[in-house]
Amino acid sequence: MATNETIATTTGKVRPHQTQNEALLFEKSSPGKRAYKLAALDVPAVDAASLLGEAHRKLPGELPELSEIEIIRHFTRLSTWNYAIDLGMYPLGSCTMKYNPRVNEWVARIDGLADAHPYRPDSLAQGILEIIDNLQRCLLEITGMDAITLQPAAGAHGEFTGILLVRAWHESRGNSRKKIIIPDSAHGTNPATAAICGYTVENLKSNSEGGIDLEALTRQVDEETAALMITNPSTIGVFESQIARIADVLHAKGALLYMDGANMNALVGKARPGDFGVDVMHLNLHKTFSTPHGGGGPGSGPVACKAFLEPFLPTPVLQQNEGGTRHWSYDRPKSVGRVRAFYGNVGMFIRALAYILANGPDGLRQTTEDAVLNANYIRAKLEDLYELPYKTASMHEVVFSDKRQAAKGVKTGDIAKRLIDYGFHPYTVSFPMIVSGALMIEPTESESLEELDLFIEAMRAIAKEVEETPELVKTAPHSTRVSRLDEVQAARKPILRWAPAARPKAP
Amino acid sequence: MRYLPKSSAEREKMLAEIGAASIDDLFSVIPADERLTRDLDVPRQHAESEIIDYFRAAGRKNATNYASFLGAGCYRHYRPVIIDSLVQRGEFLTSYTPYQAEITQGTLQAIFEFQTMIAELTGMDVANASMYDGSTGAAEAARMAMRITGREQTVVAATVHPEYREVMATYAKHQALPITTVGYDSETGRIDLAALGDAVTEETAAVLVQSPNFFGVIEDIPAIAEMVHAKGALLIVSIAEAVSLGVVRPPVETDIVSMEAQSFGVALSYGGPFCGVIAAKERYVRQMPGRLVGQTVDSSGYRGFVLTMATREQHIRREKATSNICTNQALVALMATIFLSVYGKEGIRELAEHNLAKASYAAQALSSQPGAQLRFTGAPRFNEFVLQTEESPREWSQRLMEAKIIGGIDLGRWYPELQNCTLWCATEIVTRANIDAAVNALAARPVEV
Repeated sequence: MATNETIATTTGKVRPHQTQNEALLFEKSSPGKRAYKLAALDVPAVDAASLLGEAHRKLPGELPELSEIEIIRHFTRLSTWNYAIDLGMYPLGSCTMKYNPRVNEWVARIDGLADAHPYRPDSLAQGILEIIDNLQRCLLEITGMDAITLQPAAGAHGEFTGILLVRAWHESRGNSRKKIIIPDSAHGTNPATAAICGYTVENLKSNSEGGIDLEALTRQVDEETAALMITNPSTIGVFESQIARIADVLHAKGALLYMDGANMNALVGKARPGDFGVDVMHLNLHKTFSTPHGGGGPGSGPVACKAFLEPFLPTPVLQQNEGGTRHWSYDRPKSVGRVRAFYGNVGMFIRALAYILANGPDGLRQTTEDAVLNANYIRAKLEDLYELPYKTASMHEVVFSDKRQAAKGVKTGDIAKRLIDYGFHPYTVSFPMIVSGALMIEPTESESLEELDLFIEAMRAIAKEVEETPELVKTAPHSTRVSRLDEVQAARKPILRWAPAARPKAP
Repeated sequence: MRYLPKSSAEREKMLAEIGAASIDDLFSVIPADERLTRDLDVPRQHAESEIIDYFRAAGRKNATNYASFLGAGCYRHYRPVIIDSLVQRGEFLTSYTPYQAEITQGTLQAIFEFQTMIAELTGMDVANASMYDGSTGAAEAARMAMRITGREQTVVAATVHPEYREVMATYAKHQALPITTVGYDSETGRIDLAALGDAVTEETAAVLVQSPNFFGVIEDIPAIAEMVHAKGALLIVSIAEAVSLGVVRPPVETDIVSMEAQSFGVALSYGGPFCGVIAAKERYVRQMPGRLVGQTVDSSGYRGFVLTMATREQHIRREKATSNICTNQALVALMATIFLSVYGKEGIRELAEHNLAKASYAAQALSSQPGAQLRFTGAPRFNEFVLQTEESPREWSQRLMEAKIIGGIDLGRWYPELQNCTLWCATEIVTRANIDAAVNALAARPVEV
């Protein structure tokens, strides 16, 4: 390892202290430092020990003690260790890493919205109820569905809610049925959801084009099939052109069609699931509707359905009174029940509605068109160097395989890590599973031609490196502050927290 | 459209490179009768200034400048300014789940710090990277206990947040998993220990209690734990008011803690996004749902952090996963981490003591009015209390609203037996003037003729 001393004598460059490993907050702590000052207490102080008795906490938790400037620097430094959409292209397939407009953040923090308590009387919450109602109307129009709940907190939670609707509907007809059919190209959340809802999962093998094999589906669907969970466009970015017939096959056996809306960014303003036979679906506001991913959440996973499933929606549902005011209705005897306390991730609703308002119908359509244009441009510019396992037309994402590079011993994961050196976030690696060594690229509409060309240039350069200097790619990244991390050690001997060297006993 | 970085000429150029005559060519895979050929019927394109006007107007339609005594699972605490300064840095805000560890060390280290702080506060060994919220976390914790014990029955205290219990029921009923509810002692407001003893059997996977419970009363966790463990069941403690941990003894005897961390610097935002989190004894970590960040080293020996033990999760295990959770509440967990950094070891205690003082004063002042009395006085409380009035809450809450005060929430909504009982919360943000004004409005009963 080169030290500052040795580097400085040869090049004059040193490694500034901010770019060393940033210590943990706990390691920077020293007793007596303060970053807070409470308002003067305007009521008599109390003796906590005597008020609480046995329930009084004797030993505090080992939280750090720091000043405000140290906290600002700590988190600011940590932030610089992250890649982000704000820094450059983030082509994670299935994740829809689009620009997160800043006005969304601004309006979500408006007084009267951010400080609204969920149990304030409906009469004092009309503004926020109007926002929720408007978003619901927009999402119903965009999906072509009849009824909606915004309660689910994320996509997987939406899947859970949607499959519960399916189950409740079947139950209302006397038989909840036993299985859910899921294509082998599906997101892992789909089978996990079906299992949590008490269904067995039956795999459906994709056809030679990576899509639904209609004949196999027809053979598989029976009187015990509750639903098919489909992603459309599929996880290889291809629109299921037989979608209406797929719906017919299911409906003929009394089964329902569930659509995972992860890829709605390919459809908004161009086609509506409600128009092609989908019975129930979820949306991801953090994908299609620009609410920030925030390093892994919060998301929001509204579920839209056809009218016959409406009685089963979670409680409460929003209703409009005759005078135009709105209230929450809890009188829902057929409801599947609540899936979350309160009403959902309301802060995300505000951001999503702000995004829809900024776009309007023309902007939403242009957004979809640009997303599809970008993916097809990348496909056209890379398909001579990277294997395209399915030649079907791409929508908003394109999936290559590492077949040619693997012949040189370089895998999709290596190419992904090398992309980091070129200043891009990697694409989605090794998914979907129907493609061996998948490179799943979703540029979204947010990339300029210049950024796309830089990405293409990087991918082409890496393909060349694979031919000439494969080791360089296999050991990437070379330019990050930490190199490849030992994941095996992390899992084998888990260190999931910092711990003080010594600790007094008793809680 | 101002978010789209392309000119018409660039679009034409790209289409030419692709070999498409028009953009419609790229959508020709969608059958013609499934294509939308009209404009969506959504509001027209708005300027940024118009968007702000729209939401400001909506904000004004809500009540503003009201003093509020609402708690019940959603608590108004002061939010230090640096929380929003830091979480709005694009590097945190616009980053994805940290699967690519080399370029997401910032998020990973912050989550590691979050996991540590939650473990320290709850007295558990480990904590996960977050769950959606306290209600779904409770349901997931119960499922976790079932996996550990191989049993299917859950016992829940009636004093757990009613909406948490509703969510647990939703998660359980579709797999026919039985849930038994145990009532409360009408004097103390604590779980009825005798009834709990009867309800817990060799079939019980877990007992879930909340502390402070929905009435604001602190449960006797050591006594409950002893009873639960005697039957080989696990104890889950749900914590809805996280600030209580500054001054209330952590539930160290429990096996699993399911916490709602909203109190740690997260805006009320009409009920979400919040921040659930599950913490547990180390031996149960492999049955935990959700993401975990672990410490490791890179190839040069530098410390680094990664998402770990992913073989529990849906993207690896699919239908055999511990949960279907994928996206969690990472940015909200970051808010909580910053909040706890600001208050720190001493500050969180001082903050909790201020809550204790405000609630004590409010409880005393309100209950000393004629026709008003405190319920559940036999056990310690944190920052919430139950007030019983002779007058119907519907009557007096109107008077309070005229004085721009939102009083306690009517418990009859969930507990029909608690007639004229309301749940009040006084955090550090409530001023003595607010409390005194509420007392005056409550006292101003119309004279009976």
